Amino acid sequence: MITVPLHAIAHARTGDKGNRLNVVVIAHHPDVWPVLTEQVTEARIAALFAHRRPTAVRRYLLPNLHALNLVIDDVLEGGVNAALNLDGHGKTLSFLVLTLPVVVPAEALAAVRATLDARAHRP
Amino acid sequence: MGPLLVGNGAGFSGDRLDAAEPVVRTLIARGGPAAMTFETLAERTLALGVLARETNPDAGHEPALVPLLRPVLGLCLSAGIPIVGNFGAANPRGAAAAIARLAGELGLGTPRIAVVEGDDVRDVLDDPRIVWEGSARPARPIIAANAYLGAFPIAAALRAGAAIVVTGRIADPALALGPLIAHFGWNEHDLDALAVGTLAGHLLECGAQVTGGYFGDPGVKDVPAPEAIGFPIAEVAADGAITVTKADTPGGLVDRRTVTEQILYEVHDPAAYLTPDVTLDITGVTVAETAPDTVVVRGARGHARPPTLKATVSTEGGFLGEGEISYAGPNALARARLAATTLRARVGALPVRLRIDLLGLQAVLDSDEGARGGPLAPDGEVRVRLAALAEDRATAEAAAREVLSLYCCGPAGGGGVRTAVTRRVATTSALVPRDLVAPRIAMVSP
Repeated sequence: MITVPLHAIAHARTGDKGNRLNVVVIAHHPDVWPVLTEQVTEARIAALFAHRRPTAVRRYLLPNLHALNLVIDDVLEGGVNAALNLDGHGKTLSFLVLTLPVVVPAEALAAVRATLDARAHRP
Repeated sequence: MGPLLVGNGAGFSGDRLDAAEPVVRTLIARGGPAAMTFETLAERTLALGVLARETNPDAGHEPALVPLLRPVLGLCLSAGIPIVGNFGAANPRGAAAAIARLAGELGLGTPRIAVVEGDDVRDVLDDPRIVWEGSARPARPIIAANAYLGAFPIAAALRAGAAIVVTGRIADPALALGPLIAHFGWNEHDLDALAVGTLAGHLLECGAQVTGGYFGDPGVKDVPAPEAIGFPIAEVAADGAITVTKADTPGGLVDRRTVTEQILYEVHDPAAYLTPDVTLDITGVTVAETAPDTVVVRGARGHARPPTLKATVSTEGGFLGEGEISYAGPNALARARLAATTLRARVGALPVRLRIDLLGLQAVLDSDEGARGGPLAPDGEVRVRLAALAEDRATAEAAAREVLSLYCCGPAGGGGVRTAVTRRVATTSALVPRDLVAPRIAMVSP
């Protein structure tokens, strides 16, 4: 087992509506999907965003897509039209989620890297 | 009934102005029925349009409307590809007039232009049945209040022969769903079909975000030629398959990853994505790569539409004063922190909401070409940023001025001051009973 940032096995995108943030996290390979479901939990996401004082974190699983959708309430400091933050949308926060440490079986990590290599050399 | 091709030429106000033409040329090359969509209306944009219209009655629509349409208007008219856009913003009739003038200037005659109206709900906000976000109507003066309309008025305008349909506030996916309804003849009870069309519209509405834009992560998610990304085209078939591709340009990509990121963009409960026309359920959706830059999406399901329409309500939001100043070289971080504490002491007494950032590690020591001029922090560069939200412009200016005065009064070696004061528009949302909203279409030319 190897500890890596979530960025090593998944990709992500944020969206915002008012003061609510959603972050979709997508496994790079089906073999690491169980890592997402077991380790990218509502409690760990709430802890990751503790400095922004979320009032609720909900997680929706989309097994067909090997994706999970995190909905995090009241962490945008008012949202794009009220925040003082340069990034009022919270668009950069997907990469905060991707810092979350996860423990991954070596074989699954190898499968991810093979997938990324194959994509990188796409004709 | 054969498929319809739907292209997108803009995903937000401020998008690339040269994106649409390759989409239209690709639609023409592929042949068959097609439509073009433009999404240029963010939550706050419409309120800015209302403010612009206060000083100029012809303003209030998308400012880049003419440069957006100039490269494609003649191509679309001659190929019979209708154009649908929410670039009407706060003044759809003004936008229609601008398009008619552009057509005249380009020698294209008088195309049939329709406007969709009825989204402005300022007159009904006192109705007690309205449910306000945060449970209360905003105390500040309301600038704009617009309900998200659905796709059926667009479809009606197209069936009446409109070559161009101009809308104000409308659900973003409706821009594609409208032409699909007109093409396939769907009605409001065809829930699974409306769900397919809504998902297609959702995939298209942010332009390049589904074709490699907002995606690149070097070494992890590489995007070919990001300076020339092809904007998206969705082919929607009668059996519910959505085939996502892109314009024939050297740049961008369509694969499982780009499509999956966009499927869930700005979604909350994936079983209940609420739109004016249908409640979209994407929990059963599958994606499959079937050819290079070709992804087939299936499995959207529809449930009954919500009983209310969502409206975005914009109010005066005060004034934001901002100022930035850079420190570089030995002890830069300590001098930046000294500047920050000085600013807090100076601005803290003003009636503002205050934030101070220390931005980045390196900027002003570099050359124009990006050659590094010095080491990284702590002896690198730090940029101090002040942001102060005030009720009035004068207070915001006073806060921003404190950054400027650091030139002579602040720590050693501060430079590159920039200040700005901007009027802010705050937004909230409300759920409005459908009987208070009356969407209507009008042919404004010829």
